[in-house]
Amino acid sequence: MKEIAVRVGGQAGDGIQSIGESLSRCFSRMGLHVFGLNAYQSIIRGGHVWFQARAGAARPHSQGDGADILYALDRPTVDIHASNVRPGGTVVHDSEKFAVAESDLPAGVKVLHVPTLEIARKYTSQSILQNAAGIGASAFLAGIPLDVLHKVLTDSFGRKAGDVVTWNIGASADGYRFAEQHASVNDHALPRGGAAKLLMTGNQAIALGAAAGGCKFLAQYPMTPASSIMHWLAEHSAKLGVVVKQAEDELASVNMAIGASYAGVRAMTATSGGGFSLMVEALGMAGMTETPVVVVDSQRSGPSTGLPTKTEQGDLNLMLGAGQGEFPRAILAPSEPKEAYTQMIDAFRLAEEWQTPVLVAVDLHLSESFATVDREEISLSVDLPSLFTVPPNGHEYRRYQYSESGVSPRAIPGQPGLQYVAGSDEHDEWGHLISDVRAGIPIWVSERTKMMNKRMHKLVGLARSVSPPVVEGPPGAPLTFVAWGSTVGAVRDAMVELAEHGQATNLIRFPAVYPIEPNAVHAAMAQTRKTLLVEGNYSGQFGRLLRAETGIEFPDRLLKYDGEPFYPHEVAARALEVIHHGRQ
Amino acid sequence: MAGSSARPLPTPTGPALPIVGKSEKKPTWCPGCGDFGVVAAVEMALKRLAIPSHNVVIVSGIGCSSNLPHFLTSYGFHAIHGRAVPVAEGIRWANHGLTVIGTGGDGDGFGIGAGHFVHAMRRNIDLTYVTMDNQIYGLTTGQASPTSRMGQKTKSTPTGVIENPIDPIALALASGATYIARGFSGDVKHLTDLVANGIQHKGFAFVDVFSPCVTYNKVNTFDFFRQRVYKLESAGHDPSNIVRAWERSLEWGDKIPIGLFYKTDRPTYEELDAVLQAGPLALQPAGLRGQERLLDEFV
Repeated sequence: MKEIAVRVGGQAGDGIQSIGESLSRCFSRMGLHVFGLNAYQSIIRGGHVWFQARAGAARPHSQGDGADILYALDRPTVDIHASNVRPGGTVVHDSEKFAVAESDLPAGVKVLHVPTLEIARKYTSQSILQNAAGIGASAFLAGIPLDVLHKVLTDSFGRKAGDVVTWNIGASADGYRFAEQHASVNDHALPRGGAAKLLMTGNQAIALGAAAGGCKFLAQYPMTPASSIMHWLAEHSAKLGVVVKQAEDELASVNMAIGASYAGVRAMTATSGGGFSLMVEALGMAGMTETPVVVVDSQRSGPSTGLPTKTEQGDLNLMLGAGQGEFPRAILAPSEPKEAYTQMIDAFRLAEEWQTPVLVAVDLHLSESFATVDREEISLSVDLPSLFTVPPNGHEYRRYQYSESGVSPRAIPGQPGLQYVAGSDEHDEWGHLISDVRAGIPIWVSERTKMMNKRMHKLVGLARSVSPPVVEGPPGAPLTFVAWGSTVGAVRDAMVELAEHGQATNLIRFPAVYPIEPNAVHAAMAQTRKTLLVEGNYSGQFGRLLRAETGIEFPDRLLKYDGEPFYPHEVAARALEVIHHGRQ
Repeated sequence: MAGSSARPLPTPTGPALPIVGKSEKKPTWCPGCGDFGVVAAVEMALKRLAIPSHNVVIVSGIGCSSNLPHFLTSYGFHAIHGRAVPVAEGIRWANHGLTVIGTGGDGDGFGIGAGHFVHAMRRNIDLTYVTMDNQIYGLTTGQASPTSRMGQKTKSTPTGVIENPIDPIALALASGATYIARGFSGDVKHLTDLVANGIQHKGFAFVDVFSPCVTYNKVNTFDFFRQRVYKLESAGHDPSNIVRAWERSLEWGDKIPIGLFYKTDRPTYEELDAVLQAGPLALQPAGLRGQERLLDEFV
């Protein structure tokens, strides 16, 4: 794949994310596709952070395996990342801060000393301006036109005072010209593509998709990596007419969302595994009271506090089993921001249509990485049927009326004549409890069974309503990857890499991981020869679910739980192993 | 695919009650339970204010007293243990045209739900929270509650409680509730006034009610309270004075005050939230149709 990648590293507080985001935006405005990985630690200042901006004419689906330009703001960045710089690449640094010799680097990698501090001092005593000089030099090497860089910097400083903008424009131009005089543009640099693309994180796509899907209420408690969903919606709250409530805890968040939904708005909450664990009991209440609610779990490495700033797909078992007893649910698992947008719209549609919780399983890697989306891929025109579907008054209303689909007419408080009590206890069609004086009386014993059957029967329709598994790549390939969520990205990139080496593979991916329609899986896998299950957890949780639902075994696996995202090269290497030595 | 069109439509019958009254469900409480007085007071308060049934939502948690929503003709949400308050808050924010009343017990509100109780008060969200405080866990057959007094012997504290009880009135004062009262289910008329005024109050109204458990609490009985309670209204208490309210909240022993401890005016959460200022959320448009300019920030 034709690509150019810039990596920038330093200490937390150095402004690494801002540099990485600016470079990513330069590429996306050039009409290139971008994947931006922001790698950080659970510390606000100090500690090593880095950002990789990877651009291609075709869509990069992951951070990729190497970089062409490494802008190092400190020496540890060189030590940690130099081995990832591709031949022909350049390490950018300031020798006033630390020395780098070409002998420290892989063969074919050059060093470019840029006097970033000296340039900064021309304008101000604030050393942070060195970043502008460094970004200018990096942009030159990466083939980014100076006018594109300047527009990005100007826009990003939009609301700040004039001097800051002037200094940044001046220092970045100085850095750019310095590189122009002392080095040449990287061979991998790409020309402009078509129209500027949209650049967004998974969490921004989730927030945007929620609003487009009709969400009017978000209650959330801060937890990495879900917090930026709340941040985006809070920032746009007044404009979009979405109430955003930072609650006292996740127990409150989910219960507020359920209350709001009961009272007639589409409502959601978002969290990570720790918060999701606290929401478990209320999910059962939503299932029992048949109240729609959308819950996003952006997974991070567990168990317990785990690795708070690192990714994992370890909560699937939790999401499948969350809540005592049994109730219907769906679990959606978008693989990239573009799909996160559409799956959030779908989540609200499904929750409302089936009156039950819909969980959206993402992870830190999807939530916080940047990716490009074409404008045409985002449609804001979503049909949102009224929630007031039951005609008021004049009839005998049964909130939990038995039906073929399991779905009953849902009244909204404020509608005259339809009053009912939504009960977390077992109840009859009217919502009257059958948990107390009626419990154990034969007629009500059978009523309980009927009511359970009614609710659980929704799973049949839900399985047909969620997105089916998708097959990508040539049919009949000797190896089929099986993946879900953000892991799909590295698999797609590995498939490209393998294909470039003449090795065909294909992929079956699951935009919805539950409920599973076994026939759809069997059909999608009809021509499958060997499989490779790729999951970001210890035990192959999705593989186990698939086996339980379909009887299909997945003997060959690539499981990762070190907190890091999958890299295409490790997926490709394992694929070759399985193709040559794996089990049929 | 079963969309809303596939949903069965209900069959027509007669008109519904306009104002809140007793539902066809008879209360399942023990004969003589204090909660009968509370449901009567809530019903009479809503009748006095003539609020139509369909505009009232009564939200409860779990416990004997939390069965209350089933016994009235309003909308109701019988939630899980300890979560009545956040569910009620969500309802209120979704549609602040509704009258929302939280009900529940002392275990529900001051034990498992204590965190929500405190935060709802500091938000001054405009809802009324009525706790049926019997100082015992009744539905689980008689364990100590957060308001059980020191030394009280219960199934879980056979040698007596060794923790200081929560004082709900003092906690409410400290947390920023703007209407704080205490009633006694043995005086339904007085309690009705407290609840009705609480519903009318703009902001978080808290009414803690001595509602004796006739089965499991042999200490804090109807007689216990009848001999001790006195009305703040008759004692010259000034409910606008938070320091005096604080002093009264500390009174326990031979004389125990009931009535309005404190009342003040402060903007409600709904008044301060920019989105809710435009009217009930449930009636506002949803979605992003036509807002394409929103995407510009991602370029």
